[in-house]
Amino acid sequence: MITKNIIHGIFSDEVPLIEACKKLRSSGIRINEVYTPFPLHGIDPIIGVPRTRLAICAFIYGLTGLGLATLMMWYMMISDWNADIGGKPNWSYYFNIPAFIPISFEATVFCAAHGMALTYLLRCMLVPGARPKNPDPRTTDDKFMIYLELNEEQSKKADEILRSEGAEEVNYKGTLVIEAKY
Amino acid sequence: MNTDKLNFVFPSKTKIISMILMAVGLVSIVCMFVFDTNVEDHHYQHNRAWANLFAGSFYFMGIALASVFFLALQYAAESGWSTTIKRLMEAVISFLPYGLSCLLLIFICGQIHLNTIYPWMAEGVSDINSPNYDAVIAGKSGYFGVFWWVRTILYMVAWVLFAWKLRKNSSDADALGIEESKGFHWKNIKLSAYFLVLFAYTSSTAAWDWLMSIDTHWFSTMMGWYVFSGMWVSSMITITLLVVWLKKNGYLEFVTESTVHDIGKWMFAISFLWTYLYFSQFMLIWYADIPEEVVYYKTRWESYKALMWAVFFVNFLFPMVLLMSRDSKRNFYFLVFVGTIIFIGHYLDMIMIVMPGTVGHNWTGLSWMEIGNFLFFLGIFIYVVLTNLAKRPLLVKNHPFLSESLHHSY
Repeated sequence: MITKNIIHGIFSDEVPLIEACKKLRSSGIRINEVYTPFPLHGIDPIIGVPRTRLAICAFIYGLTGLGLATLMMWYMMISDWNADIGGKPNWSYYFNIPAFIPISFEATVFCAAHGMALTYLLRCMLVPGARPKNPDPRTTDDKFMIYLELNEEQSKKADEILRSEGAEEVNYKGTLVIEAKY
Repeated sequence: MNTDKLNFVFPSKTKIISMILMAVGLVSIVCMFVFDTNVEDHHYQHNRAWANLFAGSFYFMGIALASVFFLALQYAAESGWSTTIKRLMEAVISFLPYGLSCLLLIFICGQIHLNTIYPWMAEGVSDINSPNYDAVIAGKSGYFGVFWWVRTILYMVAWVLFAWKLRKNSSDADALGIEESKGFHWKNIKLSAYFLVLFAYTSSTAAWDWLMSIDTHWFSTMMGWYVFSGMWVSSMITITLLVVWLKKNGYLEFVTESTVHDIGKWMFAISFLWTYLYFSQFMLIWYADIPEEVVYYKTRWESYKALMWAVFFVNFLFPMVLLMSRDSKRNFYFLVFVGTIIFIGHYLDMIMIVMPGTVGHNWTGLSWMEIGNFLFFLGIFIYVVLTNLAKRPLLVKNHPFLSESLHHSY
């Protein structure tokens, strides 16, 4: 059985928070989560979050959109009912391609954007009726927080680092008991 | 901050390189006028040589002009990130009078019939008894002639005055204290707002007057924006390359990585604006299929097909593929590689706009003439910009957003 302390390190600015994160990580402490009122670009590698794979999803969704749009336009304008596009009766998708580019582009963007947004929301379980996971509501206003789950020995070290880097508060929010399975 | 690196010194090696570029260019311009003749066609008056000179002047003038626009945009939007590179924009702006002088010289030579860039400048085009009579141009004669010259002079004077005043206010602000110099900042915001309104009109009409009127029978409402976006992206590339070059030489320690990232974004974004306008102009004309509009693409399709496709794909695909990720916009090698390629790509775009209306079917593909001419203007541009950059410190002193810009990072 392992007992872990839940620690909230509260900061009033993002710069000392980033410094504290760097210090914590270099002394071998795992950062569970960071809560900030606004996105801090470039913090992911600092707190050890792996590179996002959302871009790969976006690419796949974009290709899907492009494919669907092409299929739709080909079926409507060429296959099902030959349309005389711009007074050029060539009845071919290839020779009419300038006319199809705007829609292909829009469909690509539409599917990529919506797919990305939905993937993100589902991955974070931000579905209707979801309960807020934010442990301290002040981080939605003007406070920045490092959330840690550490054992007794690491807690002391983390406490020291947080305070020396200018944390306003270091709050202990109870313990977490993890049943070890052997 | 390292204060002895605040003043840029024009390295003698670069000075010599720019001189060599100018010399090589000058020799090829002279050769261009000697070799570029057509014995069968009496109307062919060194057309390609003149068109090249025109394309070179307009391209580099456009870079300076778009920098004035971009600087004005920074003031009007009260943006903070760009303050550390404001002096670079102002240095690029300093080429504006030189580029405009070259253009003016070419226009005057056209008016005294030394060149035939503008068909409407030819004698007797609107005289019904003349063998040169052209009914379409005669119908537009009110817009050309004296009115055209009035507009041309107006643009040149207005742009140069605004650029000069913006620059002067910035210098004057440096001489005073922080509180006293605030007035100059407010003045520049006001001036920038006026300039942006003026520029919104004149950038379009200048593109019609100077570039669209080469193909006098033709018209396109997209032309103004298309030319403007080309200028803008070239100007963003120039500033990016300048930042990277100065950083490599140990200057601009105060320009943060995020600022470089931001100009990279501009380069990326405006490439798309240009692609959008290039394609839209083509697509609308292709779709409508009206003879008086299609004539523009007919010449290009017949004699300039390779160039037309190359311009589109180079200027679209290189920035799209290589500059999309965050890391590549923070990587100097990527920025320089893509920047150099699309800098040349947009020059080819200018060639593609100018040549078909002047050289027409006499075009034999790109040759030493285009390269030599490009090098000549590049040499002058480098010389003028770097000379002006060396005149003042690289960092503005009393700008209200200076601190914000020095700490710009995300």
